[in-house]
Amino acid sequence: MTGLLLDVFVYLVAAVIAVPLARRFGLGSVLGYLVAGVAIGPVLGLVGSEESVNIQHYAEFGVVMMLFLVGLELEPAMLWRMRGRLLGLGGLQVSVSAGIFAAIAWKFGLDWRTAIAVGLLLSLSSTAIVLQTFQEKGLNKSEGAHSAFSVLLFQDIAVIPMLALIPLLAIPELMDSSGGDVQGAHHDLSLVAGLAGWMYALVVLSSIAAVVVAGHFLTQPLFRFIAATGLREAFTAAALMLVIGIALLMNLVGLSPALGTFLAGVVLANSEFRHELESDIEPFKGLLLGLFFITVGAGVQFGVLAEHALLVISLTLGVIALKASVLFVLALLFKVRRADGWLFTLSLAQAGEFGFVLISYASQNSVLPSDLVPVLLLVVALSMFLTPLLFIAFDRLVLPRYTANTDSGESDEIDERGPVIIAGSGRFGQIINRILRANQISTVVLERSPEQIDNMRQVNIKSYFGDATRPDLLHAAGVDEASLFVVAIDGEEQAIALTRHLKHTHPKLKVLARAYDRGHLYALREAGADWVVSETYYSALQLGKQALRALDYHPFRAENLAASFDKAESRGRDALYEQWLKKDEGERFGRGFQSLYIELEEALHGLMLYDRDDGHARSERGWAPPPKGYTDSLDD
Amino acid sequence: MISRRLLVLFAHPSPGRSEINSHLASIAKSHVNTTFVDLYAEYPDYRIDIDKEQQRLCEHDVIVFLFPLFWYSTPALLKEWQDLVLEHGFAYGSQGTALAGKYFLCACSAGGAASAYGAAGYNHHSLRELLVPLEQTATLCHMRYIPPFALFGSRTAVEEGRREEHVQAFAAMLDHLASEPLEVLIRSDVCTVNELLLSSDVESTG
Repeated sequence: MTGLLLDVFVYLVAAVIAVPLARRFGLGSVLGYLVAGVAIGPVLGLVGSEESVNIQHYAEFGVVMMLFLVGLELEPAMLWRMRGRLLGLGGLQVSVSAGIFAAIAWKFGLDWRTAIAVGLLLSLSSTAIVLQTFQEKGLNKSEGAHSAFSVLLFQDIAVIPMLALIPLLAIPELMDSSGGDVQGAHHDLSLVAGLAGWMYALVVLSSIAAVVVAGHFLTQPLFRFIAATGLREAFTAAALMLVIGIALLMNLVGLSPALGTFLAGVVLANSEFRHELESDIEPFKGLLLGLFFITVGAGVQFGVLAEHALLVISLTLGVIALKASVLFVLALLFKVRRADGWLFTLSLAQAGEFGFVLISYASQNSVLPSDLVPVLLLVVALSMFLTPLLFIAFDRLVLPRYTANTDSGESDEIDERGPVIIAGSGRFGQIINRILRANQISTVVLERSPEQIDNMRQVNIKSYFGDATRPDLLHAAGVDEASLFVVAIDGEEQAIALTRHLKHTHPKLKVLARAYDRGHLYALREAGADWVVSETYYSALQLGKQALRALDYHPFRAENLAASFDKAESRGRDALYEQWLKKDEGERFGRGFQSLYIELEEALHGLMLYDRDDGHARSERGWAPPPKGYTDSLDD
Repeated sequence: MISRRLLVLFAHPSPGRSEINSHLASIAKSHVNTTFVDLYAEYPDYRIDIDKEQQRLCEHDVIVFLFPLFWYSTPALLKEWQDLVLEHGFAYGSQGTALAGKYFLCACSAGGAASAYGAAGYNHHSLRELLVPLEQTATLCHMRYIPPFALFGSRTAVEEGRREEHVQAFAAMLDHLASEPLEVLIRSDVCTVNELLLSSDVESTG
């Protein structure tokens, strides 16, 4: 127990110190984690490289979760639109890079089978580093990032046939010498061991079908049931259960768990629970991914590095240079231009975490000679290590060259407005949503009651399950890019707290809030809301106007009387607010406020009807005819 | 027997304080051949229903604007009505012939005395001259423009006992518009239609 806690503590301390420092110097969290790993592993020797490889297997789960989250962001239709780029860019990148690496390895005298394995494993890039960095740097929406993502997705899918191919490349002479020292991820429990080819295919296809069908039909009622209980941790447990269950199923049938959860994510991308799932899985993903990067750092074997320093470094640089050149040519071919082309080229030039998996798998299957394994591991790790530096190069060298020109050509992409987030889709929030939707403004509606979401979905209004007062859910719903935030949730205190939180974390975000009554309105205003409306005020004003009409007031006069009332009322509201601010907490809602209210209400009454010196009622002023005989003085 | 349908568009933002127009309005309201519309009551928020208004125009032969003269023009809502309803393609332009051949008339009350409306008066122009924008609007819409039906010195008409006479004249004019030949009223040499209606030659031709 103490040992475990100590390990966890060491990892966490390393992360807590290194990551903020790396961020402070603008290096990105990935490099921070890597450095932390190097510090606690090879440098300080707090964790051994053996155990860090073990931990790495758990940490790889971070990648699985990340792909689930990536899937959640991708609706099936969007995936379909990507198909050309996915197969074209991705397919060419993997095959061309693998071919070149294999040819070079073969030229250097490796066995052709070993050379193919080396080519394949070096052709893969690091989904973990690249996507994490895109997100951190806010590059997600750029053309270059989309292209890079297509390639990464193709690579994740390509891992499956690679894993199938490697055992066929076994070199008989290596059979007995290598093996057990590196733990493999894919030789434990399996449903498909020893099945015939067609049966294997059948099992694989039906598992994928199961994920898609179950994701589509079974998860909704399950999540709805859990959501109805209102227990947050139950929902988190269900989300984890879903991801782990799919990963397990994929492992059992020998598929990539990352691919399986990615699929599940895509299936759930249209679900009302999308943002809730995102915010529940996100922290686990972040931690595990961080852990994964630490283990990469900790796994660097300085002994081997010192021994083959020149070889390892030149190999690493060679790999990066070659991959970058292939990517650069592809960028040209597929018309990924300018800064986007450079982003595409530089971001994918490393080898990736699936490289580690393939290395251990290939060495178990007697494809890689044992002296090559540590060198390859070092090359992959070092190339990942250098990736944050390539991103920095992109930031410092590439972007400045293009940003000057962006105003002319690419501005239409930049000025895309973020969605309006509406918290609460009760009677109030719904109306706001409808008026915005009717004007083609994209909205994200957050709602806490599953029944309400059901009702809304039945009339084709999309809303998402989740408690809008939770910062992580707000983040998942896209509060960082939102152009406007409407607070229409039940619960007076929650609405105030949410407003305060929003204005605190996003001072520039415009917040519109619904108040229940006068006291609530002042509190929301004090919390920083830019615009507050009492829920009953305008409907009462409307009915008041109708009352005047029913009493035979001319409709235009009723209209103007109501408008005058509104104007006087809002001026009075400001005056009352100033008074309210001066009172302390006890007085605001106690008897003091009541008497203040009555006092000011009387003053207001006077303000509305007799605010002119001559006592002429304000609303009478409009369209009063000139006095009788006024023409006498006009003659000239 | 001629039978024309009349549309009276009444625009007064404060009819409760009206001494003249509200009386003319009640005459129009009860006139058999007339559709009466209180624009300020129908559109207190200025959101004019263009389709509905165009439909109304199509269904009538004589269009009457009934309003108090505000700064030598109509009250704001009636101007808004013109801006919105008299669309290109409906009222004017090569396809805009919906109003062609219809009769148009302004019935308005002016604060200044008759003597103030003329080259010698402080308004320096006759009422007809001041209402030229409306006349030209009618012309562009291929409508036939009848000189304005007017009451001058309207702020003192009640005190001077001139209201009843004016109201009766208005009622008589509505009858005339509904069933008498109107070509005789289309004259460019008179300032107001009042003088034509009063003169015996018009009566006798009817």
